[in-house]
Amino acid sequence: MVDLLTVHAPSALDPTTIRADFPILRQRIHGRPLVYLDNAATTQKPQSVIDRLVQYYVEENANVHRGVHTLSERATEAYERARETVRRFLNAAASQEIVFVRGTTEGINLVSQTYGRANVGRGDEIVISTMEHHSNIVPWQILCEEKHARLRIIPITDSGELQLDEYERLLSDRTRLVSVVHVSNALGTINPVEEIVRIAHARHIPVLVDGAQAVAHMKVDVQALGCDFYAFSGHKMFGPMGIGGLYAKASLLETMPPYQAGGDMISSVTFERTLYNVLPHKFEAGTPNVAGAVALAGAIEYLTAIGVDRIAAHEHDLLAYGTEALSHVPGVRLTGTAAEKAGILSFVLDGVHPHDIGTILDREGVAIRTGHHCCQPLMHRLGVPATARASLALYNTRDDIDALAGALHKVREVFA
Amino acid sequence: MSSDLEELYQEVILDHNRRPRNFRTIEDGHKAEGYNPLCGDRITVYLRLNDGVIADASFQGAGCAISKASASLMTDIVKGKTLAEAEALFERFHRMITAPPETPPGDLGKLSVFAGVRRFPVRVKCATLAWHTFRAAVEASNDVVSTE
Repeated sequence: MVDLLTVHAPSALDPTTIRADFPILRQRIHGRPLVYLDNAATTQKPQSVIDRLVQYYVEENANVHRGVHTLSERATEAYERARETVRRFLNAAASQEIVFVRGTTEGINLVSQTYGRANVGRGDEIVISTMEHHSNIVPWQILCEEKHARLRIIPITDSGELQLDEYERLLSDRTRLVSVVHVSNALGTINPVEEIVRIAHARHIPVLVDGAQAVAHMKVDVQALGCDFYAFSGHKMFGPMGIGGLYAKASLLETMPPYQAGGDMISSVTFERTLYNVLPHKFEAGTPNVAGAVALAGAIEYLTAIGVDRIAAHEHDLLAYGTEALSHVPGVRLTGTAAEKAGILSFVLDGVHPHDIGTILDREGVAIRTGHHCCQPLMHRLGVPATARASLALYNTRDDIDALAGALHKVREVFA
Repeated sequence: MSSDLEELYQEVILDHNRRPRNFRTIEDGHKAEGYNPLCGDRITVYLRLNDGVIADASFQGAGCAISKASASLMTDIVKGKTLAEAEALFERFHRMITAPPETPPGDLGKLSVFAGVRRFPVRVKCATLAWHTFRAAVEASNDVVSTE
């Protein structure tokens, strides 16, 4: 008989082997081993992704969807295979539902400028939350200003969880879209996206999910979530900068006007009339970031080979270890203590501004982010001008957490 | 602690951070608000001018140790100076924290404790926020000045 437990329990990930895949982590900073804890800002790249990027330019580079020559076919094939890799990773129903964009920010802007402009009118409402990144606030503000529509904000609790009852009350027959973050970059809160979608769909309101902080850290299945749009960035999931994806249901993409206009998004142009290309090309004007897309697929293959569930388990263990370690540093207070949390430790230290913490930690080789994390309305809600934030990834170890805690003791000595 | 850090976080700076001087408002004077979007620091500088001489200077707000100490020391040192003298002091101060060490900025008195900022380029804006805000207060513009 097969022991189901043994079969299904993922084996623990060995960060030491993983670290060897990331050449940048071998560096010393100010004479100390680099402790990279700024993964929510951007993740480092494994050698396989760097190699894939180089290989594209060495062996495959040509423009896509145009030439009949061999290289162009090769580039087109690699690009479209990358789209299929993204589709499989997010479990989208069809690869035409994956639009390549520069990153999450562009994905959200695409939706606000196309779906938003076509569907939001005077007096309509868009619902976002208090914990949104500026990139999921400002595009909607601009749209609301243009259309004389209104932005409504889901409040959060002191521990950093969405108030779902308030959310439900905010929805009305004027609500045209709900746009929420999957995992908060400033708090680590994992939002109950399935429930958010269920509540919105009961009123036929579509939902966009900002997945920037989720995709590298937990299994994301857009069909299980049920969301209508899902935006993510390649560089936060071990891929290159300047490439990301927007998942959108084909039924919505079909009805949406184009985003940018130019080559590749058309099927025929005369001065009298232009016919748009089929999905998803209608939304990809101009020469795309083919090398980026191909290397992003490389990052997905890297993540998938390790196993997203194993990564999530490793980061969850580190988060628990880090939460405990920081609780032993006198004067440290965590901001964001939701029950469901991803690997983000956002904190303040009594009497020391986060900026000063960041400078001193850097001299100890520890890289963290300090500031408002592009979430000024959230900082205002929490009543702090800024926080210090350590954010975890698969290559982080308990030693990294110990180095963070040790460096924080040094900060306290300086400011004693 | 590394010598860079010791030079940055000198005792005088830490002391002004802990107990900022002139941390109050001035009624009926000039005032301006300064903002550093990088770290969210926000301070208000208040001035009372008397015939082109700074009769009183103070500040309020929240920020990192460098920006707070800079505001504290600035409000101390500009008192009794003419606007032209204060402006010249800001120029020397700016040169000290941005120019190569071989170009001596000239006499800065107590402000020379900020010389270590030069080794931390991202912190230059913290050290100059108070001074930019001071300039705005002189011009009595009510706009928020930004370090960006």
